[in-house]
Formats: sequence, C-alpha cells, structure tokens
Amino acid sequence: MTELRATPEKSAGFDPFGFAARFAPLIFLIVLMAVFALLEPRFFTSVNLFNVARQVSITGLLAIGMTFVILTAGIDLSIGSLLAFAGLVAAAIAKGGLSDRFTVGDDAIGYGWQLAALGAIAIGLIGGYVQGFAITRFKVPPFVVTLGGMSVFRGAALLFAAGGPISGFDKDFAWWGQGKVFEVPVPVIIFVIAAVLAHIVLSYTRYGRRVYAVGGNPEAARLSGLNVNWIICSVYVIMGFFAGLSAFVLAARLNSAEAVAGTGYELTVIASVVIGGTSLFGGVGTIFGTVIGSLLIGVLINGLVILNVSSYIQQIIIGVIIVLAVAFDTFAKSRRRRA
Amino acid sequence: MDTAPPLLRMSGISKSFPGVKALDDVSFTVAAGEVHALLGENGAGKSTLLKILAGAQSANAGTIEIDGKAVVLANPHEAQQRGIVTIYQEFTLAPNMSIADNVFIGREPGSRLFINRAELESATSALTRRLGLDRSVRTLVRDLSVAEQQLVEIARALSMQSKLIVMDEPTSALSRAEVEKLFRLVRTLKSEGISTIFVTHRLEEVFEICDNYTVLRDGRNAGAGAVAETSIEGIIRLMVGRELSGLLARRSAGLVGPVALAVEDLVRLRTPTSPHAIELRNVSFKVRSGEILGLAGLVGAGRTETARAIFGADPFDSGRILVDGEPVSIRTPQEAIRHGIGLVPEDRKQQALFLALAIRTNLSITVLDRISNALSFVSADKELGLVDEYRRKLNIRMAGPDQLVGNLSGGNQQKVVLARWLALGPRVLIVDEPTRGIDVGAKVEVHNLLFEMANAGIAVIAISSELPEILAISDRIVTMREGVVTGEIRRDDADQEKLMTMMTLSVGEAA
Repeated sequence: MTELRATPEKSAGFDPFGFAARFAPLIFLIVLMAVFALLEPRFFTSVNLFNVARQVSITGLLAIGMTFVILTAGIDLSIGSLLAFAGLVAAAIAKGGLSDRFTVGDDAIGYGWQLAALGAIAIGLIGGYVQGFAITRFKVPPFVVTLGGMSVFRGAALLFAAGGPISGFDKDFAWWGQGKVFEVPVPVIIFVIAAVLAHIVLSYTRYGRRVYAVGGNPEAARLSGLNVNWIICSVYVIMGFFAGLSAFVLAARLNSAEAVAGTGYELTVIASVVIGGTSLFGGVGTIFGTVIGSLLIGVLINGLVILNVSSYIQQIIIGVIIVLAVAFDTFAKSRRRRA
Repeated sequence: MDTAPPLLRMSGISKSFPGVKALDDVSFTVAAGEVHALLGENGAGKSTLLKILAGAQSANAGTIEIDGKAVVLANPHEAQQRGIVTIYQEFTLAPNMSIADNVFIGREPGSRLFINRAELESATSALTRRLGLDRSVRTLVRDLSVAEQQLVEIARALSMQSKLIVMDEPTSALSRAEVEKLFRLVRTLKSEGISTIFVTHRLEEVFEICDNYTVLRDGRNAGAGAVAETSIEGIIRLMVGRELSGLLARRSAGLVGPVALAVEDLVRLRTPTSPHAIELRNVSFKVRSGEILGLAGLVGAGRTETARAIFGADPFDSGRILVDGEPVSIRTPQEAIRHGIGLVPEDRKQQALFLALAIRTNLSITVLDRISNALSFVSADKELGLVDEYRRKLNIRMAGPDQLVGNLSGGNQQKVVLARWLALGPRVLIVDEPTRGIDVGAKVEVHNLLFEMANAGIAVIAISSELPEILAISDRIVTMREGVVTGEIRRDDADQEKLMTMMTLSVGEAA
C-alpha cells in the first residue's frame, strides 16, 4: 500500500495490457481483413469494400447513438423496432400515403424527402424521449423500458403499415441511400460526418463531459451538482435521433420500408459498441472505438458471406464475440479497480 | 472467581489490514451467563474483534478458546455451531418470508427434499412464546416492527442452541419501552446461562444491564473490569485516553464574520422503506463565515445525514435553511451549489470521484460552465490552467492532468475533491470525514487547507469521528447523538472527555 502511494506516476509508464486493451479492436480488424483477403481475393476489391462500408453505415449510425446510451451504463433494445416504425412513417410521407395509406400509388401526392426525413427523425426523437422519461421518472431499468419499447414500436410499425411494405421512392429520396459522391456512397458520408460530430460532442463539450461523469459514477455526479436525470433522458433522445436518421437512410437504400425492418439490429449494434471498448458499466468508451467495432462486425459478416459460411453460423460467431468482449471488459474493470 | 474455564477466551488477537493494524494483542474474556459490554470509539477495533468472533474474518495471530478448548472459527457456520451467534445492527432477515422460515432458514426440519412445516411452525412458536413475541409465526417479516424483527433474530440465535449472543448496537433503533423489554429478555437469557456481548454507544445502558466491560482503544486493550466498580467518567477516560498526536496542525484564530449558514429545526423521519435510517430531530446550528464548525458524534449520531440534508442530497421533512440570513429552498445538490454550498462527502470513491476518468475531468466537473464557451466547448487552456493552479496551491502530486484519478493516493484524491469545490468559490463548505483513509502527512496538509479556506472567509463545517481532529481544526464544536444536537462548546473550553460525555449522553442527562 505504501509502495503504491509512493509512485503516483505509475500510469505514466508503459502498460502493455492497457495498450492492448486500447488498440485490440483495431488490431483485430486489421488481422481479420488480412485473413479474408488471403482466403478470398474478391474480398479486397474496392467494390466489395465500399459495399461493406455502406452496409456498416446503417448499423454504425445506430451504434453512435448507442455509445451515448451505454456510456451512461444504459442499454436500448428498442432501436430495431423504432427504426422500422420511423422508416414506414418516412416512406408514407414521401409517398403521400398518410391520408390514404393502402393506395400509395403513382397518383398520390408525395411530400418530398425533406419532410420524410424530418418525420423519421421526429418519430425517433419522440420514441427516445418517452423511453428516457420512463427510465428517469419512474425508475424502471433501461433494459425493461426498452424491452417494452421493442415490442411497442414493432407493433406500431405493423399497425401503421397494415403489415405490408411501402416501396418505390423518387430519385431524390433514393439518392440518400444509393447515391455516390466521388465514388463514396452517401450513407458512408453521413456515417463519417455523424461520427466526427459525435466525437466532438463527447470529447470537447460540457455535455460530453457530463455524459462520462454520469456513467462513471452517478452518485458522485449528482453530488457534483449535475442534473443526472436530464443527462440520462437525453442520451435516449440522441439514440432516437440516430434511429430515425438510419431509418431514413435504410429506406432510401432499399427503396422500401417495411414493418420487419431492423429485426435483430440491437444485437449487432450493441456488439459493435462493446467490441469497440465501451464499457457496459458506463463511463468508459469512445466513438472511435465504436466506429472500429462497427467495421469489425461488418467485415466479419461480409467475409463470412463471401466465404459462403451459413448465416446461422454467422449468428453463432457474433454471439460468442459479444460474450468474449464483455468478459474482457469485466476483466479490464477489475484491473482498473485494483490499480 | 471460580476455577472453571470461561465460556469464551480470546487472547493475543492481532489483525492487520493493508497499512493499518486494526487489532494488536487484544484479549477478551466472557464468562458463562454474563452480560459483557464491549466499548470503544469508532475505529477502536470493536467490529474487527466481533467479526473474528463470528468467523467472518480470521485473525493474524492469537487463540480463541471456548469452554477451555482451543477452536478455529474459519467461517460463520463454524462459529454458529460452537454456539456463537451475532446479531448485526442491520438485520439479516429475508423480509418477504415468514417468521418461521426466517428462524430456521437453512436448517429447516424435515426430510432431505421436503420441509416439515408443522414441526417448523411449532418449533418457532415455542421460541416466540419464550421471547414474548405475540405474532403468528406465518407473519411476514416485512410486516414486523424493528423491535419485533430483533426478536426474530434472537429466536434464530436461540434455535441454534447458542451459548453466546453478540448484539451489535441492539438498542439504536428501539424506543425506550422496547429497550426495557429487550433488557428483561437479556436478563432471562442470563438466568438460563446464556451470555450476551453488548456493543453500544449509550454508556448509561452499560450500567443498566452489563456485568463487566472491556474497552478497546486504537486496536488495543484499554481496560476491563466490573461495571459496578467504575463510572461513566471512568469508561470515557479509557475510551479517549490516547495522547493528542503531535502531528496535528492547530488553527490560529482567524477573523470570524457574519452568520453564513443557519439550520433551524431540521427534521427527518424514518420511512417504512428505510426503517434503519437515522432520524434527525430539530437539528439547529449556525456557522459564520471564516469559522470552522466541528460536528462531533459517534456512528449513527446523524452528522452525515444532517450534512446531506443541507446539501439537498437527501430530502428532509421540515425545518429551514438560511444562507446569509435568507431562507432558501434546497431540494437538490444543484440548488445547494447555486446558494454557494459545497459538500465533500464521506466516501471519496463511491460518492465523489470518477475513478476511471482523468484528473482534469474530475477537477473541472463543478465549473464546466465557467471554462467553456457559448457553444459549450470546454476550453482545454482554461481547464489545464485550473488543474495547474490547484496542483500548485494544494500540492497535488500527479503525473499529469490526464492521469486517471483512480491511480492517485488517497490524500491526493481528496485534494482533487477539495480543489473541485474551491474552484467553485463556495460560501459554505461541508467536509465529511475529510482525512479518512489518508496518511498522516497528507492529513496535516488537508487540515492546513481547511484553515486557509476559513481564513479566506468560507464557512466550514467539518465532520470527523476522530476527536483529536475535531479539537485541532474546529473553532466551535456542536455534538450530536441519535439525530439530536446535544451540546455546543467553544474549542478552547473543550477536551476529549467533555466531548465524549456530550456525545454519549442525551440532553437531559448531560445537563
């Protein structure tokens, strides 16, 4: 004990474990890409890599929002359902089918992609706020609230669309999912911009500091004068924003919205965030890590598909990786505590 | 004295924790059919000794004999099998199970698979009748009063054929009538040959119920004997008799200004959801700017609860708080901070620090508004300047502003917490156990910091369980016992024995 006290500079020295913990996802990503490139030449083509990037950008947007949530030691299981509902609302607005949802056809008057995007995001914000409110005001654990939300939003989506898809948007709408700027798919550009903004918010603003503080020690945050409930509620609103945004982009990419969209996304997204080093215990994590984690999952799925591995086995692999990542996180936490 | 071996003899017991010697060559003897008081200040080593006796911790050295035979109590189960049962202050009952289920939990009569409920209930009702607990044995424990729950604990102890029942502060949550009932029961048990070890902060109770006493001080035996041959004053002398540590800084009298904070008739009542919460009853005191007010009291006196109520961390039922003479409404820490009140909480790691975050983040958390621009971007220059300023002022030893606060020593961690509040420039700062768990050198530094704050015009309220510390840093001392203010004394008129008397006697008795 006295020895520990005598060397407060301890952490300044090189800590191989800390280094590995910090860059493990990136190293793993590079190794994985190298392996796939060796096994299957088709993997390392620009067409395929852009394809991976475009696929990743949808769940990646969700993972950015989820990073805020998990930083406060929360969780959001409702995102897949919320995305489906928001996507249908956007589609209905774009097709002018709100008043006449069963005959969304050529003669219907659309309201344009702008209102569609706004509608999707508004649904996301409202859905997130309602859940954040229930979590902070009624003290229901986030797991339970968003498990309920998962069911509620899926039901709302099915009810709204009467079970069927809404497809066929105009070119301006579809550009947000299918368009390119200098060969770079638009969803990738949206993902990168969102990631940069989120990184800036978390690292350089008051709000970001408070998110880390609330996640790191809610009681200390409260006794330091932070409005803990407000912060916690806000991260679910942010999550909702990203659910709405990605719903819009996904609808544009698929040229269709349907009530079963986004099924199982919560698993992929939570996996991306946790693999990227964000602690489920709160207070630790970065957007950079989340981006790497999202790419890792995306590359893994893409590589397995190219190698013709069954999608059932893919699910098994992802499940195992999540558990390993959390086990690693728990181990790292116990090390931090001892330090 | 007869020649038969005593029921319990612990001798040469030593126990060390990293950096602390909790018990040093302690001896403790209890005869059969005796009520024995185990006494001492907070941190004197009572709990550690009792944990060793309960098998919850093992001693580094020493022997335990029961009825003259050396035994090893490796775990609580073995201690119980030897007839030693401990009733902790926080009961260990399952609230949603019945009385009978709780009494025989883990030892239910019946076959390997099924419980014989008839036997369970008849055995339990035999015990409850003996204890005078007038309730159906099917009553759920959560529907019982605190005193009744205590009887269930005692019933459980008796069901294990115990010879020695350890009661840790059994009266702290009881009314006077309930206490008398408990004492009658202890006397009955005594007549049946069952011994009781009685831990209490209410010294007058020792003279009411106990035969002998043992006093611990700083982990050593300070004295023992028959209660009939001593007095409250004699026991207090044994409890506090250590010498004032020469290392403690002493405050030179500063200029004291107008009343900065006044607390009037603060009341906080127990709620059904927290029956063990400490009640506050009409707590009133004032603190002036430039003054250090010491709040002294034993564990459970309500000092921390008072501090938390003032700071808006816990709700209170009635009473007024006045800042600079104006009544203010404080329901959250944010409101307290807005009125210029800061709190350094008693548990640094659980309540103050973000251990996994950098020093700079920990330090600037209270003043983020001040060091960020209109777009809410935190200025790195201002933040690093802040860290640098307080690193020099408070002599915080750190590798750099980005070092994790969890890697600092206790003393430097506490300085970061103090810096956080100093940066805010409070009118009133409450420090709860400001030097707990930090080494002696850092302790003096923290004391000097408190002096500097007071000299700068801050009204400081200092809570400490160490009387020498309270005496060294305070200008004026308010004592509390069980949620009631029992007295007020100027530092120059106070000594440890006077304070201990004020802390252990109720208002009427002290007068």
